[in-house]
Amino acid sequence: MKLVTAIIQSDKLDAVREALFDAEITRITVSRVVGHGRQENEEIYRGQKVVPNLIPKVRLDIACNDQFVEIAVDAILRSAKHGNGQIGDGKIFITPIEECIRIRTEERGGTAI
Amino acid sequence: MRILGTLSAKCFSDLGSDSKTSKFWYGGLVMVRKSPFWVICLLAVVLPRLAWAGEDVFVDTGATAWMLTSTALVLLMVPGLAMFYGGLVRTKSVLGTMMHSFSAMAIIGVLWMVCGYALCFGKSIGGWIGWDSAKFMLRGIDDVITSQHIPEYVFAMFQGKFAIITPALIAGAFAERVRFRGYCLFIALWSICVYSPLAHIVWGGGFLTGKVIDFAGGIVIHISAGVAGLVAALYLGARRGYPRTAMHPNNLVMTLMGAGLLWVGWFGFNAGSSVSSGLKTAQALTMTQIAASSGALTWVLIEACVYKKATSLGLVSGIIAGLAAVTPAAGDVLPHGALIIGCVSAVLCYLAILAKNRLGYDDSLDAFGIHGVAGTIGAIGLVFFLRSGAAASFKTQLWNQMTGVLLSIVLSAVGTLILLFIIEKTVGLKLAEEDEMAGMDHSLHGETGYGLINVG
Repeated sequence: MKLVTAIIQSDKLDAVREALFDAEITRITVSRVVGHGRQENEEIYRGQKVVPNLIPKVRLDIACNDQFVEIAVDAILRSAKHGNGQIGDGKIFITPIEECIRIRTEERGGTAI
Repeated sequence: MRILGTLSAKCFSDLGSDSKTSKFWYGGLVMVRKSPFWVICLLAVVLPRLAWAGEDVFVDTGATAWMLTSTALVLLMVPGLAMFYGGLVRTKSVLGTMMHSFSAMAIIGVLWMVCGYALCFGKSIGGWIGWDSAKFMLRGIDDVITSQHIPEYVFAMFQGKFAIITPALIAGAFAERVRFRGYCLFIALWSICVYSPLAHIVWGGGFLTGKVIDFAGGIVIHISAGVAGLVAALYLGARRGYPRTAMHPNNLVMTLMGAGLLWVGWFGFNAGSSVSSGLKTAQALTMTQIAASSGALTWVLIEACVYKKATSLGLVSGIIAGLAAVTPAAGDVLPHGALIIGCVSAVLCYLAILAKNRLGYDDSLDAFGIHGVAGTIGAIGLVFFLRSGAAASFKTQLWNQMTGVLLSIVLSAVGTLILLFIIEKTVGLKLAEEDEMAGMDHSLHGETGYGLINVG
C-alpha cells in the first residue's frame, strides 16, 4: 500500500479529478494548503504589487494498493501540467503505508483501501 | 418651469406642505362661527397662497426628501446585488463577480451624467429615443424644478440608479466567465443602445409612454436584463465543466445579506417611482412588501413539499421573484393582486429554473429565470388586478402590456446579440480557459477574496 500525495495548482483540480476518475481512482482526499515553491504569485492591493511568501495550492491524498500507484501518477502527470509544464505545477510524493483500517467494518490491509 | 432665484424658491418651499394648509382650514372653520371679520382675514391669507400654488414652481420638500432617500435606497441595491451574486459563485470568482456590480456604479454613473439622461428623458425623436442638449452633461438643469415639484437633479439621479442596476443584473447570467474589459464595454454600449431607447419609449415620452403600465421597471429593467442575460448565456456558452462539475455557492450568508439589502432598497425602487410622497407612494410600498413576502413564502412551501427541506437560497429566490414581479405593478394593483402576483411569480420562476436545468444552458445565477420570468408575469398579470378607475379598458390595457413586453424582449435580444458579437470579435469577452479555471479574482484582478484560506 502506498500513499500518493500530490501538490497541484488550484485551477487544475477539476482536470486532475476527472483524469483520476477516468482511471477509476475515485477515493481521494482534497485539501487547500499554502506553501513555498519556486513560483512567484503576484497580487495587487491598492496599486501596490505584493508577492505573498506563501502560495495557495491544492493537496490530493490518494491511498492505493501498489498496482494502482503508477496509474494514479500517470493520471496526475497527464492532467496537472500547464501546457508542457511550468514552474509551479507541483509535485507528487509517494510514501509507504504501514496499515489501513476501515472504521465501519474494522477490516485491515489492502481490502480496506 | 424654472424659478428665478433662491429667495423665491424659499418662499414657495413652505407652500407645498399639505398639513399646514389643512391646519389653516381647521382653524378657519372654528373662527367662522365667531365672526365674519375672521372670514375675510382668512380668505386674505389663504387665497394668495392658493393662487401661487397653481404656478407649479415650488419645491415640495416632503416629496423631495423622500425622493432623495429613495435615490440612496436604490443605490444601496447595487452593493446588495454584488453580495447576492458574489455569494452564489465559486470562491475563486467572488471578487470578479462583485466587481461586475460595482463597476456598473462607476461606468453607468459617468455615462448617465454625460448622455444617458438626455437619451432617456430628452425631447422625443420619433418616439424611440430622446435628446435634449440642456440635459447633455446635465448642464442645463442646475436650477430646474420639475412639474412634480422636486429639483430635476433629484429626478435625474433617481433615474440614474435604475440605469446602473439594470446592466448589473445581466452579469448574473454570464458569471465567472467573461473578461473584465469586454464586460465594461458591453454594459456601457448596452446602456446606450438597449436601456436608453427602452426607458425613453416606456417612461420618457416615447410612443408607449402613458399607454403601457410599467410602474417601476418590470419591462424596462427586469425583462430587458433577463432577456439580455439569456442571450448572453447562450452566446458565450456554459462555464467550463458545467454541469458535470458541481458549482456550489461559496458563501450563502453573503447572499442572504445581499437579498436583505435588495428588499430594503426595493422600497426606494418601487415607492420612489411615484415621484411624490403621498398616497401613490404608500400604495406602491404596501404592494412591494406583500408581493415579496408572498413570493418568499410560496417558494419555501414548494421546497418543503418537494424536497422536505426549505433552503435559505430558496427563500431569498422567492423574495427576488416576488419583488421583480411586483415592480411593474406596484402603483396600480390592489393588495390581493400583489399577493397573487408574488405567489404566481415564485411558482413560475421555480419551474423556469427546473426547465433551465433540464435544457442545460448555463444562466449561472438565474438572471433570466428570475428577473426575466418574474418581470413578464408582473407586467402582464397586473392587468387582472388594477384598481378601479383605470384609463383604458381591460382588453386595450392587456394589448398594451403585451406590446411593451414583446418590444422589450425583441429590442433587448437583438441589441444584446449584436453587441456581444461586436465585442467578442474586437476586445474579446469570453475568458480564456486557463484564466477561467484559475478564477476571475486571480486572473483578472490579481487579488483573492478570502484571506482566511491563506495561512500567511
